[in-house]
Amino acid sequence: MTTTDAGTAHDIRVHSADTQRRSRLPAKRAAGYAVLFVFAVIYIYPFLIQTATSFKTDEQASADALSLRPDPFTTASWERLFDGSVPFLTWLGNSVLVTVCVTLGRVLFNSLAGYALSRLKFRGVNTIFVVILAVLAVPGVVLLIPKFLVLQSLGIWNTYTAMIVPLLVDAAGIFIMKQFFDSIPYSIEEAARIDGAGVIRIFWSIVLPMARPALITITILSFQGSWNEFTHFLVSTQSPELNTLTRGLANLTSGQLGSGNQFPLKLAAALVTTIPVAIMFVLLQRFFVTGANSGAEKG
Amino acid sequence: MASTLETTTTSDRPAIKQPRRRRSLRSGEARYGWLFVSPMIVVLGLFLIIPIGLALWVSLLNYNGQGSPFGANAHFVGLDNYRRLFLQDGLTRTDFMTSLRNTFYFVLFVVPLQTILALSLALVVHQRFLRGRSFFRSAFYFPSVTSSIAISIVFLFLFQNTGVINSLLAKVGVDGPAWFSDPRGLFHIAAENLGLASAEAPPDLLASHDVAGLSLWQWLSGPSVAMCTIISLVIWTTAGTFMLMFIAGLQDLPRELEEAAMLDGVNARQRLRYVVLPHLRPILFLVVTLGLIGTWQVFDQIYVMGKGAPAKTTLTPAYLSYDAGFGNFKYGLGAAMSFVLFAIIIAMTMLQRYVTRDKDAAQERRAGRAARRTLRSNTTVNR
Repeated sequence: MTTTDAGTAHDIRVHSADTQRRSRLPAKRAAGYAVLFVFAVIYIYPFLIQTATSFKTDEQASADALSLRPDPFTTASWERLFDGSVPFLTWLGNSVLVTVCVTLGRVLFNSLAGYALSRLKFRGVNTIFVVILAVLAVPGVVLLIPKFLVLQSLGIWNTYTAMIVPLLVDAAGIFIMKQFFDSIPYSIEEAARIDGAGVIRIFWSIVLPMARPALITITILSFQGSWNEFTHFLVSTQSPELNTLTRGLANLTSGQLGSGNQFPLKLAAALVTTIPVAIMFVLLQRFFVTGANSGAEKG
Repeated sequence: MASTLETTTTSDRPAIKQPRRRRSLRSGEARYGWLFVSPMIVVLGLFLIIPIGLALWVSLLNYNGQGSPFGANAHFVGLDNYRRLFLQDGLTRTDFMTSLRNTFYFVLFVVPLQTILALSLALVVHQRFLRGRSFFRSAFYFPSVTSSIAISIVFLFLFQNTGVINSLLAKVGVDGPAWFSDPRGLFHIAAENLGLASAEAPPDLLASHDVAGLSLWQWLSGPSVAMCTIISLVIWTTAGTFMLMFIAGLQDLPRELEEAAMLDGVNARQRLRYVVLPHLRPILFLVVTLGLIGTWQVFDQIYVMGKGAPAKTTLTPAYLSYDAGFGNFKYGLGAAMSFVLFAIIIAMTMLQRYVTRDKDAAQERRAGRAARRTLRSNTTVNR
């Protein structure tokens, strides 16, 4: 009798705890969604407002900033971007040119250097690696003046060469590639080596194809990095013909447009700057995540 | 070039003490090694290593950018630039100290707030019972990958006098400030609202004591209203990156541990406090130190949103150094400023490496062993 009682009591307790948890879940879920929703608005709304405003008139942009509905709807700002009243196409072209060159360069040179540091035995290899680790910590923003002086004394300041060459290699990318090559088992190469394959052959047709995930990560990081780059172009060029999107945009805000705020035009230009990275982000998101986390590891 | 490579190879070959067959397989490896790293050495050497040395040298000069920094136009002045930044009373020191003060408050607000935001977002996004988590994760992370310049323009628009933020504030009956032209410090405003002090007549004790060119009252200003726009922008953009790091940490949390805690009847708050947060501690340290390193470098947002205005309350050392060089042609002074900034950032980096040393220690030991091995084999050959 007593044992049954105790058993029932236990059952009831377990049961009530269970229902309690179950009944609390919807409330918790609702709270979770509420938090997510609020933050989603904070994170997405600025981009929606940006898009909407680019189709507004200047008057509406300042009088009714909050509205997501352009009234009247106008493409005037977009037309101005492309009709030559702002050298927008020049900026776009320069950004594309620099980004393509830098990305190709980084994929090639970073993987070459990463492979050498990971696999090839030669005197000085450890020193080089230690230097790279040290260099990772040097913030680019403190080297603006000496970088300008080096470019000037090489006689390439204010040229495409000055914009592209210094970005062709990056220490973080080399680090990522080296780490990836370290993770590939050595035995794979050894077999090819015994078959008489040379270093270049092994690198190019055996190891590099295996490094696809790392190469994609490098491609994305380089694309995003050089497309968004600003300070390097600020100190390496001066001519308006060499302006990239980021420099052009920054100039727009310092009153190059003449009268008025002209926010629809600026926001449209900013939107074009955002779109390529956005597309890449949507398509290849997991590689972005890898990049972010490897950034954490490299420290 | 070819001859250098050749000598390296020949001098290197005996260094590799390996069985005969292995040696023949490995022949030429050193040559290819140097060939493969040569683009890296040229680029990083010219545009990273040499500039570090050059920055130090130029910071000891009085130099207006005409001619070579080693030529007749560059006057060696020793530590004079540093003296003007720290010791000599004048506009240079006042501006530099103002920029350090501004950045200090910028860091003081951004680092804790972005860390808390990132952690909260990660905890919510990590909840297994919520749907569409990957969508929300992407939405929060997206600003981190976009151009800082483009985002700054969006925020310029949001914080206009009649912009989105002020329209929202008006809806709840608050008269928003003129964000970008308001130089009042937050702490000053708070003091005034509490009736402790007013900007017109600051307390004598604070106003009359100067430290390094700024009065105590000025030192204690807090970030200006204008700086708050940049603070909110930076928190908004970088929280996503740090959120990802926290999520990675949460995914490593053993599920049994959480379940065991749940079976023990531990409530959600206790679970967070005693199970989840201790597990995330190393990542928390990493996020804080990476935040410290990143915030001291703030430049792009300043360039677009403030350029130091209003009343120099958005000046930062990075921007001031740029402006000293490229705006006023005082390259020596600018280089000295950036070297001070460099020292601050290196100190933060040391802190970070110290904090995360456990993970790196093993790696360093390995590298050290390899280095010793190479060294040993080389000495054997030389003897």
